[in-house]
Parts: sequence; C-alpha cells; structure tokens
Amino acid sequence: MDAAIEVADLRKTYRGRRTGEVRAVDGVSFRVERGEFFGILGPNGAGKTTTLEIVEGLRRPDSGTVRLLGRSPWPHSPELTRRLGVQLQASSFFEFLTAREQIETFAALYGATKARAAEMLDLVGLAEHANVRCEKLSGGQQQRLSIACALVGDPELVFLDEPTAALDPQARRNLWDLMRGISAAGRTVVLTTHYMEEAEALCDRVAIMDAGRIKAVDSPAGFIRSLDAPTRVTVAAGQLADERVKELAADEAFAVDDGTVVFETRDPRRLLTALAVDGAMDGLAVRTANLEDVFLHVTGREWRG
Amino acid sequence: MSLDTAEARTGLPAGAGSGAFASLFKALGRGWIRDRSQIFFTILLPLMFMVLLASVFGGGDAAASRIVAVGDVAVLDGADPDDFTVTRAADLDEALAILREGDADAAVVQDGATVRIYPSATNSTSGAIAAGNLSALVDDVNVEVLSAAAPGTPVLETEVEEADGGALKPIQYLAPGILAWGVAIAGVFGAAGTIVDWKRDKLLRRLRLTPASVRTFLGAKVSVNLVVALGQTAVFLAVAALGFGLELSAWTWFAAPLVLLGTAAFLAIGVVIGGIAQTSPAAAGLSNLVTMPMAFVSGAFYPLALSPEWVQWLSYASPMRYLNEALQAVVVYGEPPTAVLPQIGFLAAFAAAVALVSWKTFKFDEL
Repeated sequence: MDAAIEVADLRKTYRGRRTGEVRAVDGVSFRVERGEFFGILGPNGAGKTTTLEIVEGLRRPDSGTVRLLGRSPWPHSPELTRRLGVQLQASSFFEFLTAREQIETFAALYGATKARAAEMLDLVGLAEHANVRCEKLSGGQQQRLSIACALVGDPELVFLDEPTAALDPQARRNLWDLMRGISAAGRTVVLTTHYMEEAEALCDRVAIMDAGRIKAVDSPAGFIRSLDAPTRVTVAAGQLADERVKELAADEAFAVDDGTVVFETRDPRRLLTALAVDGAMDGLAVRTANLEDVFLHVTGREWRG
Repeated sequence: MSLDTAEARTGLPAGAGSGAFASLFKALGRGWIRDRSQIFFTILLPLMFMVLLASVFGGGDAAASRIVAVGDVAVLDGADPDDFTVTRAADLDEALAILREGDADAAVVQDGATVRIYPSATNSTSGAIAAGNLSALVDDVNVEVLSAAAPGTPVLETEVEEADGGALKPIQYLAPGILAWGVAIAGVFGAAGTIVDWKRDKLLRRLRLTPASVRTFLGAKVSVNLVVALGQTAVFLAVAALGFGLELSAWTWFAAPLVLLGTAAFLAIGVVIGGIAQTSPAAAGLSNLVTMPMAFVSGAFYPLALSPEWVQWLSYASPMRYLNEALQAVVVYGEPPTAVLPQIGFLAAFAAAVALVSWKTFKFDEL
C-alpha cells in the first residue's frame, strides 16, 4: 500500500518587494505512514503552513514532489479531495450561516448526508449550538466546527493547521481529546503546531522544523531518549542535611541554591527510592528532558514559541 | 509563481456537480438575505433616492403660482384658482417681506392700466414662472377686451401639447437612472466586498480542497448576485409604479436581461477593486470612488441633456449611461429591444473587457 504522504525535496521561495527573497521551504522531505499521527513542530515563520499548503495542493512548489495517498495533489481532482479533510488556520466559513447550515453545506460538497453532518456536530460537542450563527461561536467552538467540517466527508487523511492556536488551556485540552479520537478511528492525521507539549501529547512522530528545513524526525520519546539528558530532581530546602546530599549524589552532579537541592541523575530510580526512605518527599519535583530541550539540541537555539 | 488557477478550476466533480451547486447557491443566498447591510444598499438606498429625487424634481411643476396682491388687483379677478393662489398684503413693503421669506412666488400691484410684477428673488425659478403666468393672464384679459371691441377680427390662439403625450412626469426619467445606479452599487460593492472577505477568511482556499470545483463555487456566487439584481429590479419598479405613478410599457420585461448584463459589467468592476483593496473600508471607499462619479456623469440623478457638455462626453465611457438609456427606452418609452442594441453591445463589450482585465491582474494567491 502507498504511504499516506510522500514528500521529496520541496522548495519554495517567495520574492517580496520589501522582504527580498525568503526561502519559506528549503529542501523538505518526509514520509507519513497510513494511520500515523504526524506532527510538524516549529516556531512561527518556520515554514510549517507553506509546507502544509504545498502538500495539500493549494500551492505549487518551485521544485520537489508530493504524493498523497499515492497520487499527485495537482491538478485538483475530486477523487483525491474526497479522501482528504482539511482545517485551515483561518476559520473559513460561509458568512451568516448557523453551525448546522455550515456543516450541511460542506456535507453536500462531499456528497455526505445531513445525518452524517449532525453526527459530526455531535462528535465535536456542538449539537447544542447547532442553531447558533458561526460568528457568535467562541474561538474553540469555531475550531471544533472547522474540524467537524473537515471530518464530514469521512476522510482517510486529515490536515490540521495549528488548530489550538489562540485557545485557552481548557479549550486546548478539549481539542486534544477530539484529535486523539480522530486518530484512534484509524485516520492519518497531520498536525502543525508551535506547542511542544501538544506535539508530545498527541503525535506518533514529530518533524522539527526551523527556517524552512526539517531538522529531525522521530517519535517524542525517541527524541528525548536520544538526547540522553539527566533527570533533574529538586528537593525543597530543609529536607536534607548537607552531608546526606553528598551521599545521595554519589558521583553525579548536584547544586544547592538557597537550601533547595537539585540533583542531576542518570539513575532516578535509585535516587528517588533513597529520598523516599529519608522521608524527604515534601515539595519534591522531578523533571525529565522534554521536547523543548530537544528543540534546543536540534536547532542550536532556545525555543521561543 | 502564482497559483495554478487553471488547474484548480478544472472540471466539475463527477456526480456531485449539481448537488454542490444547489447547496452552495443556498448557502450564499441565505448569507445574502441575512446581511442587513446588503438589503439596505441594494433595496432601500435606491428607494430612498427615488423618494428624495422625485420630491426635488417633481414638486411645484403642477402647483399654482403663489401671488401676493398689494391692494386691489382687478386683473386677478378673472384668474383660474388652479393657476394662481392669491393672498393679500396691505402695502408693497409687507408683500416684499413675504417674498423674501420664500412664502410667495411673486407680488403684484395694479396701478390703473399698469400691472407691476415683482418676481421672487429667493426662489428665482418659481418667481420667473409666476411672472410669466401673470403676463399671460394680462394678455388674456387684453385679448378679451379687444375682441369685445372688434368682434369678427381673428385672434391667434396657442395650444400647448407636452412632449411624449404629457406622460413624462419626473419619475419617468428618474426611475431608470436610479435603478441603473442601484444595480451598479449592488454589483460593484457586492463583488469588491466579497473578494476582500475571501482574502480574510480563506473560504475559497478551503473550498478548493473539497471535491467541488472552484468553478462551481464562483458560478453559484455570480448566480446569487444575478438573482439579487432581478429581485432588486422587480421591487424597485413595483414601488415606482405603485407608489410614484411610473407607467410601465409592455416591453418592461426586457429590463431583466438588461439588468443581468449590467450586473455582469459592474461585478467585473467590483472584482478589479476587490483585487486592489486589502480591507473592507478600502473596498467600500474605492467602490464609492467609482460609482459616485459614474452616477453623476451617467444621468442617473439628473437628465444628461441638461448636464454640461464635458459631462455628456464623459458619459460615453460609463456603462451606467448605457444601462440607464436602455432601461429608459424599453421601460418608459416602450421601445422594442432592437432599439437598444447599441447599448446592449456596449455593455457586453465593457463587461468582457473589464472581466479580462480583472482575470489578468487578479492575484489568486491572496485568496
């Protein structure tokens, strides 16, 4: 069976009157297997959206090839777009329509029934708001409606472009659950995001993108493993005697700042067991490496969201 | 590199074509009906202009001249009350004060055989008309006196026949012009505003990723605009006929294809504006910049024949002029469609030329 997506050496340069030449996409290649939850992670301006638009077939690259479900996204073919579900960054709605009218219109474009439209509205938790005009929905509700419109044609491959941007934490968590469900239903999902924890929580594999290039692709766990960073264990002030700190650290690094002790260990199990025996668990914090550390490692610069 | 629009537009989806068109038409039509500003600009604003202009141009033409008689004015005794409304003033100063206030059109004093007329300077047009009417009245009295003195001597008589059988009340020339203007603003503002909206919400981009083609969507959008133009025309002509006494000829139905053709031309102008403007206020401003001067040089609000010569020359370049002329010919004068073929030809050529310009200059990447 063909891969869901195969992208080889995409390049796209914009020539702006004021900005000069901008290499938005600079030699991007990746492959997404069927059923995978694939994330493209990078700061704003990294080229995520342009890459996604080229893959979807909205833009032609200057060079490079794209295969979606085994075929080229250009020219526009109904046979292919029928198998795709797309959510764009802008909430692209018909003006002055209610949530139900909106999704029923999209359903008609995909040849789906009104029952299917109602089902999708229910799936994203908007059944109660079916008769509310789109412009009156909250940001999170609009994003969920947009995702419902993407799902109404029962797609095999779903593109979500920064769906949680500008949402409050609660609305973001709700969307995560929804996206997990979409993936669990066997669909291939491609998500762009500039939230580390989102990529970590949802994606099977993540491509880290910066300045138009993909710097590395791996699973979140694989990235963190390959970083081979120590676990940092923080113990609150007054819990441990000075000589005990040295004993517990053994040969590993530690730092004391105003009584608070920070251990950096490769063997957290030994250290935590010892701390439990000592009863020094109050205010204990354990921090393992995360994607933020990975980004720093991979790109050589601090994450700036 | 620009978007491959030709490719994006290829072909209707197999099977889903007509269903997609119907649902898009419904969605866009609903959106139009629920947008109060659209209703205001396409239906109410032209009607407001008709009320306004009909009262400006229509008032006073059939009304009697208002005369202030100072003292005893014998010549007014034989006056027809339909032609003259007479009030009295004690002296000339009081009469002139009344004139200055604009409460009368002329004052008149009779001193034996001399009838002295003081036309209003405040309202010089109606003052001149009143003075003319008074002179005619004096002439009538003279003719009566002379005929009585010399019976059998033939006298000349005038008979006034209004052009076009007296049917051309102001509404007859105002209605087609205002309708042409209404069709123009609906088309220009509608297309320009829609394109700026699409630049913002990327609806067209989203629809390109559905099985429906962009061609189907644009077809549905233009169809909504054409249906709106027909509805606008029907409402406008109905109000003009029932409320303002516009007499509709048997060829009035031919206004429908004329309005559709005009709408096509104005939509094309709107697309060009929408391609330039980046925000809604900019689109509205540019639309105004085009439609307002066009209305004034096209005889929409004021008869072209009474306009300065340079305005008449400019009008030849304006599609609104030809729509106005053609509507007037078929709706008011009852001329057959063959009589407006030149206007139809110009409108079609104009629509095609502007559509070509908008096609070539439009940056599809922005949508």
